[in-house]
Amino acid sequence: MNYMGSLLFSLAWRNLWRNRRRTLVILFAIVLGVWAMIFTAAFMRGMSQQVLEDTINNLTGHIQIHASQYLDDPVIDHRFQLLDEALFESLNNPQIKQISSRLRVPAVIASERESTGLIMVGIDPENESGISFLEDSIVEGRYLTDPGDSGIIIGRKLAERLETRLGKRIVLMSQDKDNKITDRGFRIVGLFDTQLEALEKGFVFTGLETSEELLGIKGEVSEISILLYDINQVDVIAAELQQQNPQLDVKTWSQLEPVSKLIVDLYENFHLIWHLIVFLAMGFGIVNTLLMSVFERTREFGLFQSLGLKPGFIMGQVWVESVLLLSIGLLAGNLFAWLSVLATGEGIDVSAFAQGMELAHLSNIIPFVIISKDLILANSVVIILGMLTSLYPAWHASRLVPADAITRV
Amino acid sequence: MSTVVSCKHVNKIYRQGLIEVRALTDINLDIEAGDFICLSGPSGSGKSTLLNMIGGLDSPTSGEIIVDGQRVDQMNKSALAELRLHKIGFVFQAYNLIPVLTARENVEMVMQMQGDSKDYRKQHSLAILREVGLEGMEDRKPSELSGGQQQRVAVARAIVDKPCLVLADEPTANLDSVNADNLLKLMRDMAEQHEMTFIISTHDPLVMQRAKRLIKLHDGQIVENNKQN
Repeated sequence: MNYMGSLLFSLAWRNLWRNRRRTLVILFAIVLGVWAMIFTAAFMRGMSQQVLEDTINNLTGHIQIHASQYLDDPVIDHRFQLLDEALFESLNNPQIKQISSRLRVPAVIASERESTGLIMVGIDPENESGISFLEDSIVEGRYLTDPGDSGIIIGRKLAERLETRLGKRIVLMSQDKDNKITDRGFRIVGLFDTQLEALEKGFVFTGLETSEELLGIKGEVSEISILLYDINQVDVIAAELQQQNPQLDVKTWSQLEPVSKLIVDLYENFHLIWHLIVFLAMGFGIVNTLLMSVFERTREFGLFQSLGLKPGFIMGQVWVESVLLLSIGLLAGNLFAWLSVLATGEGIDVSAFAQGMELAHLSNIIPFVIISKDLILANSVVIILGMLTSLYPAWHASRLVPADAITRV
Repeated sequence: MSTVVSCKHVNKIYRQGLIEVRALTDINLDIEAGDFICLSGPSGSGKSTLLNMIGGLDSPTSGEIIVDGQRVDQMNKSALAELRLHKIGFVFQAYNLIPVLTARENVEMVMQMQGDSKDYRKQHSLAILREVGLEGMEDRKPSELSGGQQQRVAVARAIVDKPCLVLADEPTANLDSVNADNLLKLMRDMAEQHEMTFIISTHDPLVMQRAKRLIKLHDGQIVENNKQN
């Protein structure tokens, strides 16, 4: 630091603490503002990430492949060959982490007492593991062992509705490949529990080969769900897959779940708006404090000029004061926000609003997530806008006429 | 002796709305190096205005002001700041020390602005503070010094980098007679030892007695310009 720099810094630092109470009050306001920005961003980021994770885990994956008309009419007729050569080639992509093929058709389930409509999903348990929520959500009984497993896994809420339980038998009825009604008895081997009630009530899972037998098909599926190593590559890989398999329908998670995509985008854009609102309130405090400090020291600024300091130095002094103020506020605000997020542990429980949360594609525990992008955004908003707003008081101080300023009482 | 300050037909008119106030009228003045001058006159006579013009803190409406060979009235803000930094020292009635700096730091500030090294600044500021009688008080803040002591720090700050010209605006106005006399003696000694020109505006008879030359102003005009013994 050169001699003028050290003088500038030293004067700015000491002037900052000249009126301790005022400095501490505005520091408190900055710390509170920064805390509010980061803490709220962490909450929104947590919600956004959870919506995304839930969307991916709830059987969607990053990319799905279907027969061309399946999404409009998800029935057994709209299925495709799993061992198609072109498809097999295109799935051999180093960016793809995991693939799960499913037979997914509408069905009716009946217990001894109740019946309801739902989706039957035939899975290969080994491939499905890790790509969807199922294995980790088993709360009673067991997960499926192999594609030929003839047991069935149902949701806990569905079991309540059907007034049945683990170990009991149910009957599943659907249409086979010839559009004839087909049915089969299954023993309930597992119950799963998720935070989304619709999943628990709307899906049952059995082995892929067992469901093939029920529907009278072999080597054909209605859905391939794909998990990538990097979610940011989803559009590129989906486009490649679509190009290589023009007869099939390749869709990304955001195309399959537009509401989730909308919610994620909404949270993303709301960050900046929220930061600007908080800063607006804080900015007035910063400008007011600095202006008061400048007015109080009018004579001093006149003295600086009479001693030979140039207007730029005077402007710099007020500006450095504000940068120091902002830096301390940012440091403390970041620290408090980080401690607050730590204190929330795994997140806050909003199960009291479970139905409302489900409508917003959210589960009952909202985690707080701090990512560097949000930290950089919050800190940048404060430091850049703070420096800009402090330019006015600094400019005002530098424009004083020394002969007038030096005699100001 | 060379001329340090030269004013030629200097006029200053302030405009307050539609009213024009003539603060200075046709001032012609030459001040030589090493002079110890007293500008006297009643309040509103233009003493402070003339000092401000010479120091480049304000600009004349018309006329020429030359300080150490440079046309002050034609300089921009940056050049004026350079001139004040290297050639002019100021002492004000209200001391005007920086409250967050100690006596030594107040004195050192000017040297720091000139780019002097830390060791040189320390050594030189301690010497000058000793010279003005403030040995042992170097680390006190202005609020811990009496009025007379603060004005001594202000004098030390004004002369520390040996400017050719020191402008003092009513430096004894806030001091008692003993402190005022001591300060004047100090300034005159400094002027002689360091060969600096002092221009002091005042209506204190004590200052007028100690001046080598007395210039009286009235209604913005020089009415008397006499050398004294």
